[in-house]
Amino acid sequence: MAKLQSSLKNMILCLFLISLVMSAALGVVYNVTKGPIEISSKKAEIDALKAVLPAFDNDPTADAKDIEGLTYYIGKKSETVVGYAVKTFTDKGFSGHFELMVGLMPDGSINKIAVLSQKETPGLGDKMKTNWKDQFNGKNPKDYKLLVKKDGGDVDAITASTISSRAFCDATQKAYDGYMKNFNKSEGGNQ
Amino acid sequence: MNNLKHFTNGIFRENPTFVLVLGTCPTLAVTTAAFNGIGMGAATTFVLVFSNLFIALLKNFIPDKVRIAAFIVIIATFVTIVDLVMKAYTPDLYKTLGIFIPLIVVNCIILGRAEAFAQKSKVLPAILDGLGMGIGFTLAITIMGSIRELLGNGSIFDIKLVSENAKTILLFILPPGAFLTYGYLIAAFNKIKAKS
Repeated sequence: MAKLQSSLKNMILCLFLISLVMSAALGVVYNVTKGPIEISSKKAEIDALKAVLPAFDNDPTADAKDIEGLTYYIGKKSETVVGYAVKTFTDKGFSGHFELMVGLMPDGSINKIAVLSQKETPGLGDKMKTNWKDQFNGKNPKDYKLLVKKDGGDVDAITASTISSRAFCDATQKAYDGYMKNFNKSEGGNQ
Repeated sequence: MNNLKHFTNGIFRENPTFVLVLGTCPTLAVTTAAFNGIGMGAATTFVLVFSNLFIALLKNFIPDKVRIAAFIVIIATFVTIVDLVMKAYTPDLYKTLGIFIPLIVVNCIILGRAEAFAQKSKVLPAILDGLGMGIGFTLAITIMGSIRELLGNGSIFDIKLVSENAKTILLFILPPGAFLTYGYLIAAFNKIKAKS
């Protein structure tokens, strides 16, 4: 078959057909993968909850609450509240937005933190995924200043990633503040 | 024999990173660690093979004046398919490589090979060329990632080779280190190439 001439008719026809076929293909792939993507993101949510909360036996995703942009999950074991998880975010990262899951004990101290999604610089800011974040475990933001040491706080910043570290603190602070405001009305009380 | 040449072409003689100097944006940006090189390379190779295949198949159907637009649509479609499929079936891998996938669209190796090779060749050589170029790119950025990770972080593939508190040359993980490493690697590669 000889190559098609670049006549107006041929060009329009060719681009139209290619776009049509490619968008149809994308539509099919989107529909096929939609279900599995939802399942895997739900699984990722539960995995993150398991990572940040003490052992629980309810389904915290069933009665998750959305308040002011943050999502709150309550972990219970035999009907007793063992901890709260807060899905929090910041827009102050080096590459903008990232999301964390912060596990809090009922008294407001941090249990563990998991990184849900981030696009910080590989090799620098993305070290927040490593054991760097373990320094927050067991700390109560009431007397543990969630600021990097350079800003007068208690957090050791990731080397050469002060901006990512600040953003991490910002997201964690947001989770703590939201929890104290909405769930921890009286000191030490559960709701 | 000729087909084998199409394949090895991209790995050494016309290595996309060190000889053609194409796709420098991902080369400089993601090579902060050795593993990133493999991930980015694998995803790029996949897209490269399929875009070369389709462009070689459709080459007579696409009029010259609109070829770039047509190629971009084809490439972008494959990138989106890779993105969706990985998200659905390999969520763990997607978590590690997810940030690299959209970067493939702006990798000019793919458009470069479509333009310079696939649109003039038969299907089999086009696939082999895509595979060879992809492997050449993967090898190049993995070597570069290893060097930068070793000097900047004291590790290769996340395996620490120096003690935890040892001072490393952080500069090599930062952008200036990318340019320095790239420059020296191109020089070294040209030296080896001139000898052979």
